[in-house]
Amino acid sequence: MGKSIIDKIWEKHVVHREEGKPDLMYIDLHLVHEVTSPQAFSGLRMKSRKVRRPDKTFATVDHNVPTDNRKVINDPVALNQMTTLEKNCLEFGIPLAGLDSPEQGIVHVIGPELGLTQPGMTIVCGDSHTSTHGAFGSIAFGIGTSEVEHVLATQTLWQSKPKTLKLEINGELKKGVTAKDVILYIIAKNGIGFGTGHIIEYCGDTIAKMSMEERMTICNMSIEGGAKAGLVSPDEKTFEYLQGRKYAPKGDGFANAVGNWRELVSDHDAQYDKTIQIDAADIAPMVSWGTNPSMTSKVNEQIPKLEECKNDLEQKSLSRALEYMGLQEGQKIEDIQIQHVFIGSCTNSRLEDLKLAAEVIRGKKVHPNVRALVVPGSQQVKKQAEADGLDLIFKQAGFEWRESGCSMCLSMNNDIVPNGEHCASTSNRNFEGRQGSGARTHLVSPLMAAAAAIYGHFVDVGALLSAETVH
Amino acid sequence: MSGFKTLQGKAAAMDRANVDTDQIIPKQFLKRIEKTGFGKYLFYDWRYTKEGLPNPAFELNKMENQGASILIANENFGCGSSREHAPWALGDYGFKVIIAPSFADIFHQNCLKNGLLPITLPAETVEYLLERAQKPPYDLKVDLQNGIVEDEYNFSASFTINEYWKKMLINGWDEIEITLQLESSILSFEEKRFAVQ
Ligand code: SF4
Repeated sequence: MGKSIIDKIWEKHVVHREEGKPDLMYIDLHLVHEVTSPQAFSGLRMKSRKVRRPDKTFATVDHNVPTDNRKVINDPVALNQMTTLEKNCLEFGIPLAGLDSPEQGIVHVIGPELGLTQPGMTIVCGDSHTSTHGAFGSIAFGIGTSEVEHVLATQTLWQSKPKTLKLEINGELKKGVTAKDVILYIIAKNGIGFGTGHIIEYCGDTIAKMSMEERMTICNMSIEGGAKAGLVSPDEKTFEYLQGRKYAPKGDGFANAVGNWRELVSDHDAQYDKTIQIDAADIAPMVSWGTNPSMTSKVNEQIPKLEECKNDLEQKSLSRALEYMGLQEGQKIEDIQIQHVFIGSCTNSRLEDLKLAAEVIRGKKVHPNVRALVVPGSQQVKKQAEADGLDLIFKQAGFEWRESGCSMCLSMNNDIVPNGEHCASTSNRNFEGRQGSGARTHLVSPLMAAAAAIYGHFVDVGALLSAETVH
Repeated sequence: MSGFKTLQGKAAAMDRANVDTDQIIPKQFLKRIEKTGFGKYLFYDWRYTKEGLPNPAFELNKMENQGASILIANENFGCGSSREHAPWALGDYGFKVIIAPSFADIFHQNCLKNGLLPITLPAETVEYLLERAQKPPYDLKVDLQNGIVEDEYNFSASFTINEYWKKMLINGWDEIEITLQLESSILSFEEKRFAVQ
């Protein structure tokens, strides 16, 4: 019987196995940021423990950082958290891409960009979107602060092996449909908990055709389906992406590594605990209208009606969500008016995302009722985008062009959506209050966000793009 | 972390599905660098009105629910962000046990690491408990050693929890200490893994 990539990576990382216990797993890469680490470092200090492998640890600041003026940080509590990380990195010898570093950015954007993320690795970070790194064929998952401390001290974690889920997507994507729509569609169709207890392997010809950045968008939101992690078997695109990156193996080392990475690919007869098939042709541009990512519909559909709910619990959730969102059952998605547009976050803030949005925006103006901002995922993305002239396209249209960070994805800095207002956001969570108290988030792709910025409400970007090609 | 074997306490009901960690502890409170003192911010946006006053409509603000140590919740409790501030806040508020039909993975793990016991019971059982707890006062007895939840109305349900985590919870062990005893295994693993290929 063949093995899946998940089984192969898992088996290679078991340090200690004992009946009745989880496996003790070795961790190859530990990414650290300012919000979920301070208590872990204090824990080490209290017991006079060291960081076992600072060379397998890498830190940055992203969650709290201002994205307008980086020279002045007005929030003393946030500043304290950032300087605490700096001090901790210095004391424990951990490399840090700090606020003034050209490598700073959202932790899940810079990992791949710097070549830290590699196939076959186990990767953890005190952040649930660590699943992003799975795009490279690694087992990458989010952990809590106690586990951050455990990894710092031991470079290992006690883990029970999750179940495996094969999610196969085949077929051609329609015009205007992006990787973001694919993952939103999967979650809308299968529910917010469909992946609980599982690691997902995404495969099929639709995934094979996707770029590395698109695969990252898909893997990123695995957690929104409840999965522990999501990954894609590595292929030529993976190797090509990594070659020449700062921390990727060099020279003969790279060729050797590629040889090993090829062996990771799932065997044809690999067994999985669960399988889901998706037809790419069924997917349309998606818009979330509720307060969790499964409350999502196609742009040309309507918000569900209470009478369509399967049970009492679902009905209660729907009416609560509609009340919070200030929307009506049966309302057309295209009629939802938008006051804010946010293009950014670890889901959609990479160069390709910005290029897609810029194509829609080029030569147009942001709707007068809309405030729109672009927050590149990293300083490197920002620099490259500026070299390509994307910043000008955005600025001329009336977008704000910002410094890199998490920004309005969770609004820990002062990029906030005011109470009761609607935001078309390329981020990953539409929970109550996520973008500010009373803020109403709609998760969409960069294409859909760009179109909403121009029209002031949602429009089917597929139809829009088709019309433009005809003219 | 202190351990516990049995617990008798007041149960409070929170009949909502998919309660996410952004609700349990909103992000504006994540900037602190301590582990303690998060209880007063638990469920902040639901618990207080815009004016900062206690919201009388919120479950946990009801007089009868004060001092509850057991939370009865609904499916997929604790989904979303990995913030361990969520169990810190629940624990600091006074909860020791959470019962639900299902939990999100990271949250479940984070609870165990903080002496908070997540108990998974079938949906029908949780429905019964929710109904009871919505007519307070309602007490439950949780026996961690034997995996049993009971009330005074002849209700009894058994639950399972991985033996390893059970031992951890009962003894309040420091997990890092246990792992460090395997130092030689970690070293030999590293030697093999990072040998020149
Ligand atoms: S961009 Fe958003 S989801 Fe991603 S790491 Fe930052 S806060 Fe988390």
